[in-house]
Amino acid sequence: MTHRPHLELTGVEMAFDTSKGPFVALDNIDLKIRKGEFVSLIGHSGCGKSTVLNIVAGLLQATRGGCVLDGHEVNAPGPERAVVFQNHALMPWLTVYENVELAVQQVFRKSMSKKERRDWILHNLELVNMAHAVDKRPGEISGGMAQRVGIARALAMQPTVLLMDEPFGALDALTRAHLQDSLMKIQQDLNSTVIMITHDVDEAVLLSDRIVMMTNGPAATIGEELEIELPRPRNRVTLANHPQYVAYRQSVLSFLYEKQTFPVSDSNTSESGSGDEPNETAAAKEEEETAEERKLRVIG
Amino acid sequence: MTTLSQTSKSFTFHWLRNMASTLSSPAEARELIRNLMLPVTGILVFLVLWHLAAPQVQTSLGAFPGPTDVWEQSGQLWQEHREQRARADKYIAMQEERNARILADNPEAAVRIRGYPGAPTFFDQIITSLGTVLAGFLLATAIAVPLGIIIGLNRHVNAAINPLIQVFKPVSPLAWLPLVTMVVSATYVSDDPMFEKSFLTSMFTVTLCSLWPTLINTSVGVGAVDPDLLNVSRVLRLSFWTHVRKVVLPSAVPMIFTGLRVSLGIAWMVLIAAEMLAQSPGLGKFVWDEFQNGSSQSLSRIMVAVIAIGLIGFLLDRIMLKIQQRVAWDQ
Repeated sequence: MTHRPHLELTGVEMAFDTSKGPFVALDNIDLKIRKGEFVSLIGHSGCGKSTVLNIVAGLLQATRGGCVLDGHEVNAPGPERAVVFQNHALMPWLTVYENVELAVQQVFRKSMSKKERRDWILHNLELVNMAHAVDKRPGEISGGMAQRVGIARALAMQPTVLLMDEPFGALDALTRAHLQDSLMKIQQDLNSTVIMITHDVDEAVLLSDRIVMMTNGPAATIGEELEIELPRPRNRVTLANHPQYVAYRQSVLSFLYEKQTFPVSDSNTSESGSGDEPNETAAAKEEEETAEERKLRVIG
Repeated sequence: MTTLSQTSKSFTFHWLRNMASTLSSPAEARELIRNLMLPVTGILVFLVLWHLAAPQVQTSLGAFPGPTDVWEQSGQLWQEHREQRARADKYIAMQEERNARILADNPEAAVRIRGYPGAPTFFDQIITSLGTVLAGFLLATAIAVPLGIIIGLNRHVNAAINPLIQVFKPVSPLAWLPLVTMVVSATYVSDDPMFEKSFLTSMFTVTLCSLWPTLINTSVGVGAVDPDLLNVSRVLRLSFWTHVRKVVLPSAVPMIFTGLRVSLGIAWMVLIAAEMLAQSPGLGKFVWDEFQNGSSQSLSRIMVAVIAIGLIGFLLDRIMLKIQQRVAWDQ
């Protein structure tokens, strides 16, 4: 790249204070992301993928180094870095429409008229095929539908970078595939920059322009990066036996299960470590990741 | 008497069966019987046991009242209430008549109508108690909800106030009452008082005792907002007020309502005790007066009051539940 990167993480270190002294979760993370690029972060549980995402979101402050977006340092959360949470994080007391409205109201209060805002909310709900359920509450729709609304809410903020924290992790395989296809299409249409955390190797290869693989914590850092040069639009069925696809998949799997074998002893330390972690969300996520990984290990 | 209860019981069964047969589907009928049968049976068994046990308990005012005595006395109280009303109406009508005559003689004359001086009836006391409990409960809510929000939002405020809550929460209304009485007498001095002092004393005592559950539940509810939702609020950069209004409060509403229901229950219990002790008008005073009266009917009349207190408490809780179902999003 000749021009300046769109989003840049430089020398990021993240240390949490625990009763046993500081726990260094991330160390020396350097990452440059181009505009319109789809980047996946993949790694074993407890390696700090969510921490990287939270630093970009501004929800956490790096203890050293920093994050620069379009020449501005990131030091607080903001709608230009919209986050899609793993469990949709919709307000259960608001309808689908009102949930998106809350975001649109906040971001476009001054720049859009009432009618424009309404159209924009409906437009984004249509993007994720949820316009039929505007008056439903999150409790009345399925997890997959709620996640679509979560994505619509994030898109409606018109973010410079879309941050997705295991957006499809809690969904069944069929729903997940369906949403992945929708996301690919939307991302291609809007040419938005996306950082996505995932556990799913297939998901990473299918969706990404680049896969960033992280080493195991503590003091996790970026192990390898893999450019995915598959033509778009991508089709999961035809790609399944595509030699290049298989090769990409192979190299991610080999990183995860040969170079960075699942840290058996680490599962204990990460659990005791997560208890000391000040951020409860991170701790809860860590536990979920561990459970997910165990499942993976049994299958593998 | 036992046979009477048995016949009434079998009558109920017949009635239920007849009603069930008129329903369209047998499943529906079975459902209805199942839903009604157990509560009805429970009440009937209780009435029978009460009926059998009451005469065994001899007091200086005669035997403990059974269900029939209580039923009789409730009719009696209603009768007294109607008679009293009639007398009051007559009294007012007489005054109006007299005033009209005075005004006819001298249009400039200052006339006024004096309220009926007779003692309040059982039903008047119920109205008084309801008014007092609602005023005390509303005041408690007006204090507890905002304070609970502040405590729930700020860890430091919480740490500072929590010990006070823990200490004052278990205090009995009887302990507050003398203090409240003295403070009200000393501070509420007015020639033309808008409220009776006794009303204020009861109301403040109710407030002091009933605000704690709402306070604690509000602060816990506010402190327990889903961290993901807090992050959404941060990403959206909601202002403090929007954050409280759009995220924190709705999220805490179910907890707040649980607290309000407990508070209202406590408020009602405390009020009766306060009225008894302070001799302020209301159901508590009715109970105390009957006790002091010590006639052969007193115990039955007190029992009527006990049942009325229970039913009203139950009704208040039902009303709160209905409000909760309308307001809270999780119901």
